[in-house]
Amino acid sequence: MTEPAAQSPSAESIDEIARSATAELDSLDSLDAVDQWRVTYLGRRGTLTSVLRGLSALSVEERRTVGALANEAKNALEERLEERVRQINEAALTRSASQDRLDVTLPGRPALGGRLHPTTQIVREICDAFVAMGFGVVEGPEVEWDHYNFEMLNIPKGHPARDMWNTLWVDYEDSAGEAAMLLRTHTSPMQARVMEGRDPPIRVVVPGKCYRYEATDATHEWHFYQVEGLAVGEGITFADLKGTLYEFARRMFGEDRQIRFRCDYFPFVEPGVDMSIDCFACDGDSEGCRICRDSGWIEIMGAGMIHPRVLEGVGYDTEKYTGFAFGMGPERIAMLKYGIDDIRHFYANDLRFLRQF
Amino acid sequence: MKVPLSWLRQYVDVDLPPQELAHRLTMAGIEVGEVDVIGGWTEVFVGHVKGVRPHPNADRLRLCVVTTGSEEMEVVCGAPNVAAEQNICFAKVGANVYNTHTERYETLEAATIRGVESQGMICSAVELGLGDDHAGIIVLPDDAPVGTLLDDYLGDVVLDLELTPNRLDCLSILGVAHEVAALTGKAVREPETKYEESGAAISDQVKISVADPDLCRRYTASLLQGVKIGPSPQWLQDRLTRAGLRPINNVVDVTNFVMLEYNQPLHSFDYDLIKDHTVIVRRARAGELLTTLDDEERKLTTEHLVIADANDAIGLGGVIGGANSEISDNTVNVLLESATFNGANNRETAQALGLRTEATLRFEKGLRPELAPIALRRATGLIQEVAGGTVAPDIVDILSDEGADAPVVPLTCAKIKHMLGMEVDLKQVQGVLESLGFTWECAGEGVLKVTVPYWRNDVNIEEDLVEEVVRTIGYDSVPTTMLSSPIPFQQPVPVMGLRDRIKDLLAAAGVQEVINYPLVTLQQLEQVEHLDPAVSPMRVANPMSTDREYLRTTLRASLLATLAANQGQSGGPFRIFEAGRVFWPRSGDLPEERESVAGVLAGLRHETSWLEDESQLDFYDAKGVVEMVFDRLGVSAIYEPSDDPAFHPGRCAVIKAGEAVMGMVGEVHPVVMERLGLESPQVAAFELFLEPILSAMAGSQRQFAPLPRYPSATRDLALVMPSDVDAGQVMQLMMRHRGVDRAELFDIYAGENISEGTKSLAFHVYFQARDRTLTNEEVNKSLDGLLRTLERELKVTLRA
Repeated sequence: MTEPAAQSPSAESIDEIARSATAELDSLDSLDAVDQWRVTYLGRRGTLTSVLRGLSALSVEERRTVGALANEAKNALEERLEERVRQINEAALTRSASQDRLDVTLPGRPALGGRLHPTTQIVREICDAFVAMGFGVVEGPEVEWDHYNFEMLNIPKGHPARDMWNTLWVDYEDSAGEAAMLLRTHTSPMQARVMEGRDPPIRVVVPGKCYRYEATDATHEWHFYQVEGLAVGEGITFADLKGTLYEFARRMFGEDRQIRFRCDYFPFVEPGVDMSIDCFACDGDSEGCRICRDSGWIEIMGAGMIHPRVLEGVGYDTEKYTGFAFGMGPERIAMLKYGIDDIRHFYANDLRFLRQF
Repeated sequence: MKVPLSWLRQYVDVDLPPQELAHRLTMAGIEVGEVDVIGGWTEVFVGHVKGVRPHPNADRLRLCVVTTGSEEMEVVCGAPNVAAEQNICFAKVGANVYNTHTERYETLEAATIRGVESQGMICSAVELGLGDDHAGIIVLPDDAPVGTLLDDYLGDVVLDLELTPNRLDCLSILGVAHEVAALTGKAVREPETKYEESGAAISDQVKISVADPDLCRRYTASLLQGVKIGPSPQWLQDRLTRAGLRPINNVVDVTNFVMLEYNQPLHSFDYDLIKDHTVIVRRARAGELLTTLDDEERKLTTEHLVIADANDAIGLGGVIGGANSEISDNTVNVLLESATFNGANNRETAQALGLRTEATLRFEKGLRPELAPIALRRATGLIQEVAGGTVAPDIVDILSDEGADAPVVPLTCAKIKHMLGMEVDLKQVQGVLESLGFTWECAGEGVLKVTVPYWRNDVNIEEDLVEEVVRTIGYDSVPTTMLSSPIPFQQPVPVMGLRDRIKDLLAAAGVQEVINYPLVTLQQLEQVEHLDPAVSPMRVANPMSTDREYLRTTLRASLLATLAANQGQSGGPFRIFEAGRVFWPRSGDLPEERESVAGVLAGLRHETSWLEDESQLDFYDAKGVVEMVFDRLGVSAIYEPSDDPAFHPGRCAVIKAGEAVMGMVGEVHPVVMERLGLESPQVAAFELFLEPILSAMAGSQRQFAPLPRYPSATRDLALVMPSDVDAGQVMQLMMRHRGVDRAELFDIYAGENISEGTKSLAFHVYFQARDRTLTNEEVNKSLDGLLRTLERELKVTLRA
């Protein structure tokens, strides 16, 4: 094997080699050419390698100086090479990607779409608003005794106010031969059930299904939900009821909402209340408003201070304890919020309806 | 309840605009549903007919000279009752009146009728929208102010009240007048009651007794003799018509008028038809017959209260009169009754006989006994005024022992503060009570003894008085405060939390929630589950329709019906679930309400898409959803082949934790699909029972498992086994084997290259130790042991 004649290396010649090698590398744009370049300059028999090999001919003094320069030049060229390879690779990826195009307007692969029923969503929203105010959530039986649905609520048998709740009775007679079991007409029976089970203080909301013997139309369903609320303790006042429902209205319908209480009647509260919020659709500028029918106010729920007979019925000391109760229809609230025009949509279970929520 | 303002103004001044009055009443608990305006006429005046002469060209038409005081016009009129010197309603040219030919409101134009020009019209009730009477013109009273706009004279506003059942008092105009007075700071003018008495005392002419005072607390009566039955005067007819009642005759009209005025229903008997002039208020005899005023013969029971003469019932007390004592044109002597009947009994009678009348509407709510004689005297005086006759001196008044003292209710300022959370000044409280007609006396510092006026039956306890005060001063005046009482400890209800979690998991897994009615038909239930004949589903006694009669014992029935209903809309995917209660009867108790969640999956597996195939949802889609749910709940579930009449015989698994059944998953039986009209090739379904799942969760508290610190080793096994070996059995053996961390089934094969009656399952099996990296020898040793066990237990061998 014959060695190529070793040039005598010098600082100038190394500089020259580095410069021309760099210029050449920058002009290359294929990986093959770059590899060829590597062999030419940095290969075992490459130009710079030869220079390093020729160092042995120099004096010790020169070898140190020139050797350092040569190594520096070699490292610089190797770094430069790595950078160039990366550039060429990325340019190639970019080139090929630009030809690998998708029709981005095509529909995507369908993801699974499951939703909760709008009633579930609204009931949760309502309960959450009260939970944040220290209320717990409990439920009660849908098939109830007359005792809890009416009598414990200050609505004895034969009371004219029973006309307010058209009842679906279960085919069952008690020992006296009277119809005693029914599909609850409201969630209010849970007032007595909750109070019987514990001592004040009490703060609960009770969501659940209710049933009425009623013809259905756009605003009436025979099967619907209610959310009942109950707070009993020492020093609970009508002003607290206002505050609690005001806070609820703002959480549910927006911070700027106003509420209005007007006198109403339910046998299990006194004083009784019908609560409205100011119309969120027209903000009181009610001319021609479909939501509040020009009144500027939307009725949301019934409420009141718990009637002393209800408290006495569960053995509470009415001198010591007071409380309030309220009840609302989540479907109505959903209808208002979403602009649903017919309550019958809720339980017809047409998926085209349910998938909108 | 219709309240014409014209009538209301008889008792109280109303100077608020009707809408504002309606608003104040509504806020105070007397809800005004509608404000109906009567009138609104333009160019219609009170006119006076100066003279009438025949029409030259028509026998049935006449020419009238009408004056409005300032103008005189000649008008053609065809009404038979038009006469000179009448005051009439005169529509000038330009008035908007109802045209009976075109059946529309039209602007009146000057018209030439049979050659004579008519400069206006003398109106009947129809043309003014005041009634149906087109037989003749309206003749106004002689004192009608000629020349004024008819709107000012006859126009009215009627408030239509939507009353809550407690406000009996506002079923009367006077009751509403008291409300209006309190809300507007006015005073009420009570009607005057004055009449002349003469002849023999009533007690000498009629014998009245109350045999059943428990059903009739008070019975009062008066006797009018020599009355002349006939139509009521116009003012009385107008009052009744505006309030929505039909005038009948002067005596009956007065009883109706006083009922609307005071709330007390009254009844008039023809005195001469009362046998022996004896009246007995008693329970009916069993089977006693009475033909009521509506010409129905009614068979009575001992629960019904009748007014009887010496022999027979002549009225159903407080409900309806009897035909045998009815006032007729020939009636001369009238016995007038004003009584206080038992509310509950009255209501039961009305409901039992399907007879809810204006009287029962009032009696059922419990009228106060003080009212009876007040209304009796008022009606007696009015009958004498409109029908003549004399009044026998004195009245009959039978009051039961229970007395008729007005309730006295205490009220303290402390109570008001305690309930409302605000102070109300004692003077203000006193003022409010007075304005509503209550009287009070001081019984100590800040303590009142309040007497309830006779027209109110809804105020009995202190809280009622607090409401009276706060609704009158306005609920708006109460401040808004946040609850300051302690927040009680809230124990979450486990089953509710579980239901919410499952609902969220299912929705996230692409299953849509639906909510169905829990009432179905028995047939629907029988189609989808085996019903034990001894435990029949519960029935509603008064179902609204036969398809909503039974309380569901499973969610399957209505869920499959919902699926069928939606299959008409598209080809799917249908992935729906319901979380709800099913009802299992318990003897002598409320049913057990079991929390269930059920789902059905059917139709296309994917939304129609250019990217997806058209494969159909099946058993394994449902099972995958169920597995995901149990995995997330941290419950290990076992799936065993099972039978269920609703499910495909070979495609149904029961889901267990130990021996407890947590649910089912399967494909719906083809016969059931056929019956329900389900269209997809298969319908997969699952049903989960929340209570057993909760129990299973209670025994499997989530525990952190340390992450493996050493690599696992994998072996791929192709196993051959008899066809009837289930994959689950193989998996169970693998998982129980020492050294095996997990196994994944990645292929199933049956067919060529393996012998008949066998199948091949391929698994990735992962071996793992906690404390070291397993050596090849250790893995192979474990694998050999596994293969031996598989062969011994299930005749599973390695595929050659």
